[in-house]
Amino acid sequence: MPDEYILQMEGITKDFPGVRALDSVTFNVKKGHIHALVGENGAGKSTLMKVLSGVYPSGTYQGNIVINGEKQVFHTIKDSENRGIVIIYQELALIKELNIAENVCVGNEVSRFGVINWDESFLKTEKALKQVGLNENPLTSLASLGVGEQQLVAIAKALSKEARILVLDEPTATLSQEEAERLLKILLKLKEEGVTCIYISHRLKEVFDIADEITVLRDGKTVASYAKKELTESKLISLMVGRELIDIYPRRKHLLKEVIFEVRDWTVYNPAINKIISDVNFKLHKGEILGISGLVGAGRTELVMSLFNVWGKKASGNIFLEGKELHISNPGSAIKAGIALASEDRKRYGLVLNEDIKRNISLASLLKIAKASIINENEEIKYAEKYTSDLHIKTPSIEQRTLNLSGGNQQKVVLGKWLMTMPKVLILDEPTRGIDVGAKSEIYNIINDLVRLGLGVIVISSELPEIIGICDRILVMHEGRFTGELLAEEATQEKIMNYATGRIKEEVNQDG
Amino acid sequence: MDKKILFNAGFFKHIRRYTMLIALVSIWLIFSFLTDGIFISPRNLSNLFVQTVAVAIIAIGMTLVIVTRNIDLSVGSVAALAGAVAAFLQVKMGWPTTSVIAAALIVGVLIGVWHGFWIAYRAVPAFIVTLASMMVFRGLVLGVTNGTTIAPLSDSFKAIGQSYVSPHLSALIGILVIVAYIFLDFNRRRQRIKYGFKVTRLPLEVLKLFLISSAIAGIFAIMIFNRGVHCAVLLVMVLALIFYFIAEHTVFGRQLYAIGGNPDAAELSGLNIKKSVMLLYVIFGALTAVSGLVLTARLNAATTSAGQGMELDVIAAAVIGGTSLMGGEGTIIGSVIGALIMASLDNGMSLMNTNITYQYIIKGLILLLAVWVDIATRNKA
Repeated sequence: MPDEYILQMEGITKDFPGVRALDSVTFNVKKGHIHALVGENGAGKSTLMKVLSGVYPSGTYQGNIVINGEKQVFHTIKDSENRGIVIIYQELALIKELNIAENVCVGNEVSRFGVINWDESFLKTEKALKQVGLNENPLTSLASLGVGEQQLVAIAKALSKEARILVLDEPTATLSQEEAERLLKILLKLKEEGVTCIYISHRLKEVFDIADEITVLRDGKTVASYAKKELTESKLISLMVGRELIDIYPRRKHLLKEVIFEVRDWTVYNPAINKIISDVNFKLHKGEILGISGLVGAGRTELVMSLFNVWGKKASGNIFLEGKELHISNPGSAIKAGIALASEDRKRYGLVLNEDIKRNISLASLLKIAKASIINENEEIKYAEKYTSDLHIKTPSIEQRTLNLSGGNQQKVVLGKWLMTMPKVLILDEPTRGIDVGAKSEIYNIINDLVRLGLGVIVISSELPEIIGICDRILVMHEGRFTGELLAEEATQEKIMNYATGRIKEEVNQDG
Repeated sequence: MDKKILFNAGFFKHIRRYTMLIALVSIWLIFSFLTDGIFISPRNLSNLFVQTVAVAIIAIGMTLVIVTRNIDLSVGSVAALAGAVAAFLQVKMGWPTTSVIAAALIVGVLIGVWHGFWIAYRAVPAFIVTLASMMVFRGLVLGVTNGTTIAPLSDSFKAIGQSYVSPHLSALIGILVIVAYIFLDFNRRRQRIKYGFKVTRLPLEVLKLFLISSAIAGIFAIMIFNRGVHCAVLLVMVLALIFYFIAEHTVFGRQLYAIGGNPDAAELSGLNIKKSVMLLYVIFGALTAVSGLVLTARLNAATTSAGQGMELDVIAAAVIGGTSLMGGEGTIIGSVIGALIMASLDNGMSLMNTNITYQYIIKGLILLLAVWVDIATRNKA
């Protein structure tokens, strides 16, 4: 009975250079349902929604989008909005400097000959605010609202565009418990009013609370679609992670040596985005690869950035390197002490893209190759040549701009930069994101070589097989806390997901 | 396929490096033709160099300021203030020239500290900080000069902006520059061989040395045929060399480019951005004061309107010379060439008695064209 479906996406295939992001995905949503879309990071959820919304215009993918039985061709976001599809992204597309009414109406102004009719606009806004249960004056500036209320404004804006299919991408990731519950109630109320909702979330409890149906994506493919009552949480988790482990992970013997790096009672917060890293304790041994796992938004990146004092405000905590306490006021002092951090976003935090390989590798160790502040360029070339060949960076010359390198080679340049600082502790945040399998395996080998030389390495990764494959020990984060610790031998993807989704947080806390 | 891409990238890189030089030579040829050769006479070209000096000195430093994604709109006012303070101290208080030079430099350094404090440590956008300074220091110029022209200066002060090194000595300096250049180049080559790196083949290296030496000799010859090298022009050459060295070969200079290219990556690599930006503004303040001294010496007076509109010429010179307002890219030599292009347009059009209306329009359009060419070739490179 196809006509009971409001939306059918059939055989959607989307390729990016070198990667197939979606592989003939089928996704069917019934009218008036809340349909949850779940999957690991990188499973293809966001890509699928971008196809649906016209961000990737018709023609850049294969497959059909059918709404109410009619085949659709979307060239722009506006096209999909005209058919009632509105997406609310995790990073809200609202303008903080404007008031609620202006935000709700922007792009869909009530106007005649280009002149805005503010009375009508306020009326429209008030109606939409009522629908989402937000009691605010439309003239209130957005900046004075909390994150949860801003989320409601975003939904109100969607409703004012007469959305019939509302897509929410991780709407509760930045919300507190109460705010999240309020949002879920409103979604259920909208459902009664006939709005269809596609709900993307990592919080499985929420999914089970409100969804009628659940579709699981994995590695760009549809794994299964179930009605909620046919599923249990543990079955869902195994569907999300249940892929075969391809053995690209070089194994090595792990000898536990003395503690090299320790973090105690680490609590930092960032009031602006309502995020807190609380009460983190961990030790890293010499020659150990320690994994930090967790879902996107769990606070892993924020944790390591806060160690360098570039994220949040510190409330408490101490850092020890080789038994001595460190006072890190800025990245410079951390690097000097012997800690290196290769960030997850190599283009934003890792490389100066318009400069060449040589200058990027030497950037964090200029004093090492300078005498009286004058750089010895020959020494610089020597180091650049050394790391280019040690790390197998494929390039015609060390004077190639890093902009022109592939992702894997860019990542190696970042690694080279940090190795040149001669670190004792190397922190790698998503070291293999967006690079191909061959380069991944090379990077694993490099990490193994480094621990053999006595470094302590911390690897943050969202890819469960990777973190299980290369780490000696794994810490799992959920909402800014460590919820579990697993040794490599005992770690399974299911166990990690249980901790990462906060399902068995309580048990761990009771143990501890 | 790969080879072709590489070839193209290299091709555009080279074109980019020489675009502005080619543009300068073209402009000279066009004006020489239009003025029946008056433009290209040693006398006129020497004048042209002298006219470039005040803008070129500041453009040298402005390059680095823009490289770090900052700007300075106050240079005209600051140069005027430094000159006014110097003239005031000499004419009204009778200070000797060396003391007034020191006083002017101190004024420049203090203003640099003031800018650095607000821009680096208080995170106020450089555009606003220096826009405010543009007004504040113009006000101080009026205060110091009491709204009148302060003149005349002592001979030793005037010498900075008006005297010439004798032709014989000029020739000697020119020869020394060429010898030093050849020596340094061969030294560099020897070092590279010692490290076991590849070097350019000897005939090519010699050809390069010959071409560049000829260019240096040509520039000196132009000035020697007139009255010798002008002191202020010599000053620009020295400053350009020093700043070229800072930009290319020191930790400080290297860090400025990284900060402008990607401030986030620079910070995470342990660079102290605030300290670097502060130091840069301090140096730049002193450099601006030097320009003010030259300007004042050349006019033999400090006036209330000195340096007005200069900031735009300076920024135009840097941008025409290939400095990117997005940060991270720009060369000292490029900016000096940019300053020469701007001065050549002024000079050439004046010789032709072009209506001032068209002078402004043409200069504006050439600035636009130059930046467009820069962006278009940048995308391909």
